[in-house]
Amino acid sequence: MSEAIVSLRGVSKSYVRGKQSVEVLQKLDLSISRGDFLALMGPSGSGKTTLLNLIGGLDHPSAGEVVVGGQRIDQLSSGALAQWRSHHVGFVFQFYNLLGVLSAEKNVELPLLLTPLSKAQRARHVATALEIVGLADRAKHKPSELSGGQAQRVAIARALVADPTLLVCDEPTGDLDRKTADEILGLLQTLNRQHGKTIVMVTHDPKAAEYATHQLHMDKGRLIEQSANA
Amino acid sequence: MKYLPLIWAALGRRKPRTILTGLSIAVAFLLYGMLNAVNVAFNNGVEIAGVDRLVTTGRYSITQILPYGHEAQIRSLPGVEQVAASNWFGGYYQDQRNFFPQFAVEQEAYLSMYPEIVLPAEQKQAFFNTRTGVVVAKTLAERFHWKLGDKIPMQAGIWPLKDGGNVWTFDLVGIFDTANPKDRSQYEMMLIRYDYFDEARQFAKGTAGWYVSKIKNANEAGTLAKQIDALFANSPNETRTDTEKAFNQGFIKQLGDIGLIIRSILGAVFFTLLFLTGNTMMQSVRERIPELAVLKTLGYSDPLVLALVLGESLLLTLIAALVGLGLATILLPGMAAHLPGFSGLTITAQAAVAALGIATLLAIVVGLPPALRAMRLDIVTALSGH
Repeated sequence: MSEAIVSLRGVSKSYVRGKQSVEVLQKLDLSISRGDFLALMGPSGSGKTTLLNLIGGLDHPSAGEVVVGGQRIDQLSSGALAQWRSHHVGFVFQFYNLLGVLSAEKNVELPLLLTPLSKAQRARHVATALEIVGLADRAKHKPSELSGGQAQRVAIARALVADPTLLVCDEPTGDLDRKTADEILGLLQTLNRQHGKTIVMVTHDPKAAEYATHQLHMDKGRLIEQSANA
Repeated sequence: MKYLPLIWAALGRRKPRTILTGLSIAVAFLLYGMLNAVNVAFNNGVEIAGVDRLVTTGRYSITQILPYGHEAQIRSLPGVEQVAASNWFGGYYQDQRNFFPQFAVEQEAYLSMYPEIVLPAEQKQAFFNTRTGVVVAKTLAERFHWKLGDKIPMQAGIWPLKDGGNVWTFDLVGIFDTANPKDRSQYEMMLIRYDYFDEARQFAKGTAGWYVSKIKNANEAGTLAKQIDALFANSPNETRTDTEKAFNQGFIKQLGDIGLIIRSILGAVFFTLLFLTGNTMMQSVRERIPELAVLKTLGYSDPLVLALVLGESLLLTLIAALVGLGLATILLPGMAAHLPGFSGLTITAQAAVAALGIATLLAIVVGLPPALRAMRLDIVTALSGH
């Protein structure tokens, strides 16, 4: 069995809404191996995105341990967690979340501004990331000048550019047509297989889940089924 | 510096709004630049006043005339070197808009007391020899295209001629400059001979508006001022003697506290600007909450996000302030051309530094609330659109 890059032990997460406390995740244990491509599935409100946020260091659990890349991130302060995210996690969102005022290359450069790299070094990394996602010729275009698929590729390039340990994708094809979605999923698969990136992807789409190496089904804050794709 | 393109791009998100806000700030600083220059010009007269000169006026008002006999009594005091009677002429040339200061002075004593007034020797002599002669500042001569030998008809504002006429015709015998070109605006005036003025005027003969005294020791100014006033205490023509600086300050105060008026206007302008710019910044951040959440997701720390939003506010305000001050610098010479006595209107380095300080403060005050909001943004909540 390969090394676990993500390990969750007894993780619970609850939110207070009004006077009620809603438990979104309940004493959840999970281990994700380095090089996995995991599809997190389940109905709305099952806790998929909350789990993804905990793995990506965007949120703190109410109880339990979250270890990513050998580091316990549930105990990190907000500042330390921000620094940790910049080094270890790349995020891909359903609606791309690119900055509309910046060109594709400037969007991709954003995570690198947090590093000590020189301008020339940053430019080289950006060019490589755009090359990987097949958008080298769209570097100067603004998000409004790109199609949905192209915008999502830029978002993937942005997630990749700092060479993170983990790629966290929240419904990356939720806003795309079937054909474009297949292209994006194919790209994620390539990143997993050829570049060894560990990917955790939330999706509602069973077809999208087929691109992953493993599937994990959730309901009411619990893991109910885990399976490996052929 | 590497974040500058990001800050600049954020300002370009809503270009019309940014431009309009920038223009509002620029206009405020244009106003600041111009009013400040006027204030400085007013105070220049105070600053250049001689420390060894005293001015004696009527005790209760500068408009209270004093008997000519006062002059000899003032001169009799041991610490007094020279005395010159002076009077406000208050006329105008051709049109009331062509107003500039004109003083009737005892020419020889006056010019020796004001070495900063530089007049060629032969012109000075001509002034001493010509009863109807006048000398004018170089800037005035240039403005009205006067040359030596010209006859200058001055319309009387206060003092008619003894034959009832209102037009005094003077001979231009001298054109003076100042030792320091920066002081030109303070000496933009016409000097008339007191003896001719007193003889030719219809009334108030044998009186003077005020007396200027040159004293031997500037350190004794306070004591001498008291001694002069003591000479005329309990007489029908009591006096008030001040240093020339205090006199100039008092003269300016007669027009009102210019500094206070200017500060009040600018205070109101900047107070309004606070709300306008503050609202724009708040709106700008409100619209960009998802974008700011993405930056934080990528690992931008809370202090960095705060700095980026404050940087936007600072960049916008400083650029607009520089535009405003630049416009003021361009417009001031034109404004000065229409304001006699203000030919040296300029934005001083001190005023420019103060303006940049105000701009920085403004940027912080209006930028801090939205910057704090951005800093405290909860990523999960912001990304979920709540």
